[in-house]
Amino acid sequence: MSLIAGTAFAQSPTNIFDPAGTPARSAFGLSMLVLSITLAIFLIVAGLLLYALVRFRHRSTDSNREPAQIYGSNQIELSWTVIPILIVVTLFLTTTRVILGTEAIPKPASAIDVTIIGHQFWWEYRYPKSGVVTANELHVPISDPASPTPTYLTMSSADVSHSFWVPRLAGKMDLIPNRVNTMWIDPEATGLYLGQCAQYCGTQHAKMLLRVYAQSPQDFAAWIEQQNKPAQQEFPGNAAATEGQAVFMKNACINCHTVKGTVATGRFGPDLTHLASRDTIASGPIQNTPENLRKWVEDPNTMKPGSLMPAMHLNDHDLDVITAYLSQLH
Amino acid sequence: MTTTPVLEAIDETLETQGRPPLNVIYEWLTTVDHKKIGLMYIVYALIFLVVGGFEAILMRIQLAIPNNHFVSPQVFNQLFTMHGTTMVFFMGMPILFGVGNYLVPLMIGARDMAFPRLNAFSFWISAFAGMLLYFSYIGGSGLYAAGSAPDVGWFAYAPLTSKVFSPGHSTDYWTLAVFLSGVGSIGTALNIVTTILCMRCKGMKMSRMPLLPWLYLVMAGLVFVAVSPLTAAQIMLTLDRYLGAHFFDTQAGGSAILWMHFFWIFGHPEVYVLVLPAFAFANEIIPVFSRKAMFGYPAMVAASVSIGFISLSVWAHHMFTAGLGPAGNTFFVFATMVISVPTGIKIFNWLATIWGGKIIFAVPMIFMIGFLFQFLIAGLTGIMLSAAPFNWQLSASYFVVAHFHYVLVGAIVFSLFGAFYYWYPKVTGRMMSETLGKWHFWLFLIGFHLTFDFMHVPGILGMPRRIYTYEAGRGWDTLNFIVGVGAIFQAAGTLVLVYNMIHSYYKGKEAGHDPWDAWTLEWSVPSPPPSYNFAIEPTVSSRRPLWDIKHPEDPDADYE
Repeated sequence: MSLIAGTAFAQSPTNIFDPAGTPARSAFGLSMLVLSITLAIFLIVAGLLLYALVRFRHRSTDSNREPAQIYGSNQIELSWTVIPILIVVTLFLTTTRVILGTEAIPKPASAIDVTIIGHQFWWEYRYPKSGVVTANELHVPISDPASPTPTYLTMSSADVSHSFWVPRLAGKMDLIPNRVNTMWIDPEATGLYLGQCAQYCGTQHAKMLLRVYAQSPQDFAAWIEQQNKPAQQEFPGNAAATEGQAVFMKNACINCHTVKGTVATGRFGPDLTHLASRDTIASGPIQNTPENLRKWVEDPNTMKPGSLMPAMHLNDHDLDVITAYLSQLH
Repeated sequence: MTTTPVLEAIDETLETQGRPPLNVIYEWLTTVDHKKIGLMYIVYALIFLVVGGFEAILMRIQLAIPNNHFVSPQVFNQLFTMHGTTMVFFMGMPILFGVGNYLVPLMIGARDMAFPRLNAFSFWISAFAGMLLYFSYIGGSGLYAAGSAPDVGWFAYAPLTSKVFSPGHSTDYWTLAVFLSGVGSIGTALNIVTTILCMRCKGMKMSRMPLLPWLYLVMAGLVFVAVSPLTAAQIMLTLDRYLGAHFFDTQAGGSAILWMHFFWIFGHPEVYVLVLPAFAFANEIIPVFSRKAMFGYPAMVAASVSIGFISLSVWAHHMFTAGLGPAGNTFFVFATMVISVPTGIKIFNWLATIWGGKIIFAVPMIFMIGFLFQFLIAGLTGIMLSAAPFNWQLSASYFVVAHFHYVLVGAIVFSLFGAFYYWYPKVTGRMMSETLGKWHFWLFLIGFHLTFDFMHVPGILGMPRRIYTYEAGRGWDTLNFIVGVGAIFQAAGTLVLVYNMIHSYYKGKEAGHDPWDAWTLEWSVPSPPPSYNFAIEPTVSSRRPLWDIKHPEDPDADYE
């Protein structure tokens, strides 16, 4: 078993025992302590049990007399009450320290703020300081211990409860409608951190994936600047995209989606202003390629059954030009 | 002399041969005999065990490989909702109530439960609730054609259950089924408490009562406190859905957290409602097959009662990720960790009972040995989950699923199977096959460990529960496949049990009154017991009345 577990540990990008940020690391430290204490208890108790089962088994050579009847002993009862109490107190105090170290420390002035709103079945990210709005792929700066720039997440939900869980960065926190929760992450190294919704939220709970891109401060600043621009509206030399834009603006797409700087200001679905800058669509499970995008717009339910985006019943030509348009929204 | 006199001349139950089937059916439908009601509870629960197990196997097939299309997401979500609801409300509770119904009066020397008609009512209302839940597959779509069976998860978090997110009637079937099952549970709990407090035979002071009725007393007390809020919450949810109330309707200012509190103030004590009877069986079986009196009887009673009280203050450890804040989290960490102390006392006392005994490895005992090791592991993973920061990582992952199945299957079902083999001779008058029993044990043990040992690991690797599929490359594939293989072993073991139960009923060896050379009152009457149980009310002078009769030179009464 440990062999199989070992290979799995080495491969998984979402291993809680491979922390890459302070909250995940302090939970990891605590879990190692708890694991060693419980392992010690297991070895002692299971060992005694095994010994008793072998040593006191009924043997065919035994006489038919019943063994000595022993009814109890207050001293022994006291000892196996007091020792566990001492273990519990130790564990409790250590746990409390980690809870306070994660939940009750002051927020540094250099922190980045992001508001996360959970939707069936995607994530909306809003950066209040810069005004950037994006979906499904969260970009944050790495945090250097010398000048920490943790990201503080203010979390709520537009519909049902969800839960934000990127195992290598932090434990999970629920996004609950009509309530605001907070948590923070501080990735130590650049890279992509995966996770997914951890609170059952309806049909497509399984395909509500999380992607956190930890970037160097320079890259993050450049990303913010690029995302802050309004959407491209002129497509010189690309007739398909120009026509696609017109089709998009004439259809019901604009009721649910925002494309900044145009008449499309809907908020029910993800912001598409810079859709083409994202690696995936449909909250993670599908690569953002023109073929996939076209298939998605044609009927999202073939790719993600239960998705709340309806099929728009567009003809092949309209699908082609809308795909051409969306692929240009860098 | 190990039996009380039986007045066969007035014994109607002996004339069961050769009556018209309609008369037999009528007798079972209208019976108020605690033994018949107990058996109906057990049979009804076993049917639901098979149904819930079948749902589990469908889910494991779906998850055996990544990106599988065996069932649709809608069907998968219905499967885990129905599996959880079925196993907790229509398998776990009824089967434990059934065994209690059968055994409690026999063990305290009473002729029936305190309220026989309430007993029948409670059973039939629970049975109706279970049928209502499954009727949703036919009637749940209502006017909206929106699904059939409920798909909101067994804890049905608000606001997923509100009319907006759950149109049609599937959630209503769930709500009504849980509500009615709650009414039945409270009725039976009332009956158990009254029976134990008022109907013990002569000489049976509370301090001489066997541990099984003690644990059922605590369990029934917990049912009052825990099931009532859940039942109330079902009414509130129905008001929300149909009369425009806003208890849990977050779109109109209601609170999703309120539902969590209502559900888990039920949900956590419920774990103890289910596990205390498992302790009860262990308390009867382990001493008999170790040939020793229970070690530390007063400590066992005290530990059981304190588990009952502490379990009422731990519910919000299910809500560590709901943002309760450091003060709330710290309190529930402490309460949860403290409950391991009385639980530890129990394990140590069982160990001390075995110590110095002459252990007989009959089938009931080997299931109890499985119970002891697996309950130990389940308790230790429980301690891991109680440490809130570790819980932030593990909650709602497959680690939690593995943990609570270790409790429910590894501890409770193993103990229950042990109880089947132990009391089956009393109920039917025939022994179950030891060979088939050992086949059952080993198949189920291998299956259990393949499934639930390996299920912990995907949770550590970030796999959340309740997902109908997953992508390759997360390190979950092999593990999920092994988990699925284990399910097949468990199903095979269960089939051996069913065959053994049916076969032994007709072909088993005659059991006699007291096949295990045991010590409590139920073994003093014939197998199966006559409808009136005891022809003459027994009188006891110790916790082990039959020991006193068998060993007049060294009676327990001298030591208690």
